[in-house]
Amino acid sequence: MITLDKVRQRAESDAKTYGYHLNPDQKFLQDLLEGLKQNEERFGYPACPCRLASGNLEIDRDVICPCDYRDPDVAEFGACYCALYVRTDVSDGKTPVQPVPERRPLEKQTRSYATPSTTTAEKKAELGAAAAKETSRIGKKLWYCRQCGYVVFREDPPYVCPICKAKREMFAEITIGIEERG
Amino acid sequence: MKIEKVLGKNKKNKVFLYALSTCAWCKMTKQFLKDSEVEFEYVDVDQCSDEELDTIKKDVLSKGGSLSYPIIVVNNQTLINGFRKDKIKETLGL
Repeated sequence: MITLDKVRQRAESDAKTYGYHLNPDQKFLQDLLEGLKQNEERFGYPACPCRLASGNLEIDRDVICPCDYRDPDVAEFGACYCALYVRTDVSDGKTPVQPVPERRPLEKQTRSYATPSTTTAEKKAELGAAAAKETSRIGKKLWYCRQCGYVVFREDPPYVCPICKAKREMFAEITIGIEERG
Repeated sequence: MKIEKVLGKNKKNKVFLYALSTCAWCKMTKQFLKDSEVEFEYVDVDQCSDEELDTIKKDVLSKGGSLSYPIIVVNNQTLINGFRKDKIKETLGL
């Protein structure tokens, strides 16, 4: 079982690496860390405490803390969506923490809300099929950073390159063509 | 759906809150309503069944809201996404 201290240490170390700070409101921070701990215990990964997770790793991947939306949100609003990570001016109390609008696309949000079917037997069969369909619908591709060469296999390119900090526009899709000869 | 009721002196409006049990903003909203003595009902959406989730999604989207928590529904009509204190105060006349 993961401890609250471990959750805190992980967040602190990640904030340090990226030049961010943890929310200065200690009570609020404690609530967020407890939420992360609870999600890690029930799902096996620390899904964002302020978003509805599905429990399916493939669906929740973009909202595992630190989520895909953190870097652009901290840059634009001074805090990430749940406000665990904040910018220096927010940490210093110069800028207040405001609710951050959801950047995650609606189509990804709605994947956590299942569409129920009529009977239990039908439901079981459908759930299996739906899960398979869901995973195949999440079309992953290879993306590379044109600035530093970093390669990633996921649905969309990252907002910011984790290696050289280049913006999303710097990413291009890698397409592999197989040519038969002879 | 496990709906919890929090009693309060201010019963002017019917206040319903969709929250997440792990969400710090939702916790803040619950506390704010309690401190303001507003009577309200809430449900922790992450504790709901698939059928209930579907109903919640339809309800929120039909009222023109987004699936961003906390979601406050006043008098089954006005929907507020997020802990926007000024907006909540204005809508509830606090």
